[in-house]
Amino acid sequence: MIEMKDVSKTYPNGVVAANGINVKIAKGEFVYVVGPSGAGKSTFIKMMYREEKPSKGNIIVNGISLPSIRNSKVPLFRRNIGMVFQDFKLLEKYTVYENVAFAMEVIETDPAEIKPRVMEVLDLVGLKHKARMKPTELSGGEQQRVAIARSIVNDPKVVIADEPTGNLDPETSWDIMNIFEEINRRGTTLVMATHNKDIVNNIKHRVIAIEGGRIVRDEQRGEYGYEN
Amino acid sequence: MFEMSSEESTDMKISTLGRHFRESFKNIARNGWMTFASISAVTVTLLLVGVFLVIMMNLNHIADNVQNDVEVKAFLDNAADDADRVSIEKDLKKISGVDTVVFSPRDKELDNLIDDLGENGDVFKPFEQDNPLRDAYIIKTKTPEDVVKVAKKIEKIELVQSVNYGQGFVENLFSFVDIARNIGLVLIAGLLFTAMFLISNTIKITIVARSKEIEIMRLVGATNSFIRWPFFLEGLWLGVFGSIVPIALISIFYSQLYTWAMPQFTIKYLEMLPTGTFIFQVSIVLLLLGAIIGMWGSLMSVRKFLKV
Repeated sequence: MIEMKDVSKTYPNGVVAANGINVKIAKGEFVYVVGPSGAGKSTFIKMMYREEKPSKGNIIVNGISLPSIRNSKVPLFRRNIGMVFQDFKLLEKYTVYENVAFAMEVIETDPAEIKPRVMEVLDLVGLKHKARMKPTELSGGEQQRVAIARSIVNDPKVVIADEPTGNLDPETSWDIMNIFEEINRRGTTLVMATHNKDIVNNIKHRVIAIEGGRIVRDEQRGEYGYEN
Repeated sequence: MFEMSSEESTDMKISTLGRHFRESFKNIARNGWMTFASISAVTVTLLLVGVFLVIMMNLNHIADNVQNDVEVKAFLDNAADDADRVSIEKDLKKISGVDTVVFSPRDKELDNLIDDLGENGDVFKPFEQDNPLRDAYIIKTKTPEDVVKVAKKIEKIELVQSVNYGQGFVENLFSFVDIARNIGLVLIAGLLFTAMFLISNTIKITIVARSKEIEIMRLVGATNSFIRWPFFLEGLWLGVFGSIVPIALISIFYSQLYTWAMPQFTIKYLEMLPTGTFIFQVSIVLLLLGAIIGMWGSLMSVRKFLKV
């Protein structure tokens, strides 16, 4: 599903954010990516959705070799992965419904299919009744649930989440994790970068720890392993 | 303009085009104040361009009137008989650039002179018995610019005694009109350039405010052309809406001015362009300018955010 072969990344300013990373993530896995700030977690995640290109090595996601696809093809590649961010990245002037429907319009889905599917995923994240509201009228947790609904509305094979609970209080974070668990149970591969010790230690999954641009630990049902 | 077919291989569905149209209208509403700012910029600049265009076109019209009235008069030697006249007329018609050739007998020339001078013309009345004037040909050229050239050729024809085309005056008039036209063109070009700069900058500011929107569109997998379309259409509407007020104002004021001013003009050449077609043409020009500048401005601004 996701494979990195000998991947290195050096930024133009000389910072080495990845240094010989080799990793395989299988279909249906749930993987936490942990590590101190500035250790290369973000770069690791960004290379998976081709926001960053590796300086060396190869990355294959959904059978596509990312370093060799053209910039103009990046949007097409991204249609097969769902993305969730710490800052939600919702369109503030669009309603909840429009934010989710947008991801379907973009791939030119038959308009007749859009409404039922959007309502279905909004129901899954528990926000069907707030479809007409604007993101600014929602709480942080609700906004993140809209973002999650958007990330899965096109049935992606992989969902990549970068610090999805970073801006949320502990209770809301558990709600978000329940939704991720449900998505993963339905067969979607999930990769999640996080600083949340409680979540990693309580909902056990594979843990990949990154320090200094290298994978220093990779365990099934691992521990967070850092003092927050 | 759009890097579609080869780059992104997906042909756009009709339903998607419909979506882009709906979206472009929604965005105009969503971005209330930004929309207002852009439309105002278009309105103000098009009003300036429009007023200037109207003035320039009318001055040009007056200049044309004056220029088109310039004719060449070839006076014949009194020795010329009817047969000579026929051959001279043939020669005149052969000159390139000549449009019409009209014979004006000396008696008619004298009548014209007496008429032209009005009361003072009576002085010439006694000459009706013994006309000192000459037979003449009045030659009109196809374009005013040909006058001097044609006159020079006529001078060389045998039995043409003298040629009159307002020597000196005509050359000055023509060079003055040429200079005035060129200055007008430069001014309009400069104004247009300023308009494009101002409008595209206003649109750019509104789009910079929406760069996050474009970033998110890219993240959920929107192709560049998919992102561009609503912006492109939005620019088009901004331009079209922005041209409404200038078109309305210019139409109303021009027809008012026309009905008020025309009766006051008594000099032969001084007349305004008639309202109907002229207002229609100016309106079309302003509408197209607005539309083109709007589309161009928003495409240029979006382009910046579409580079990965």
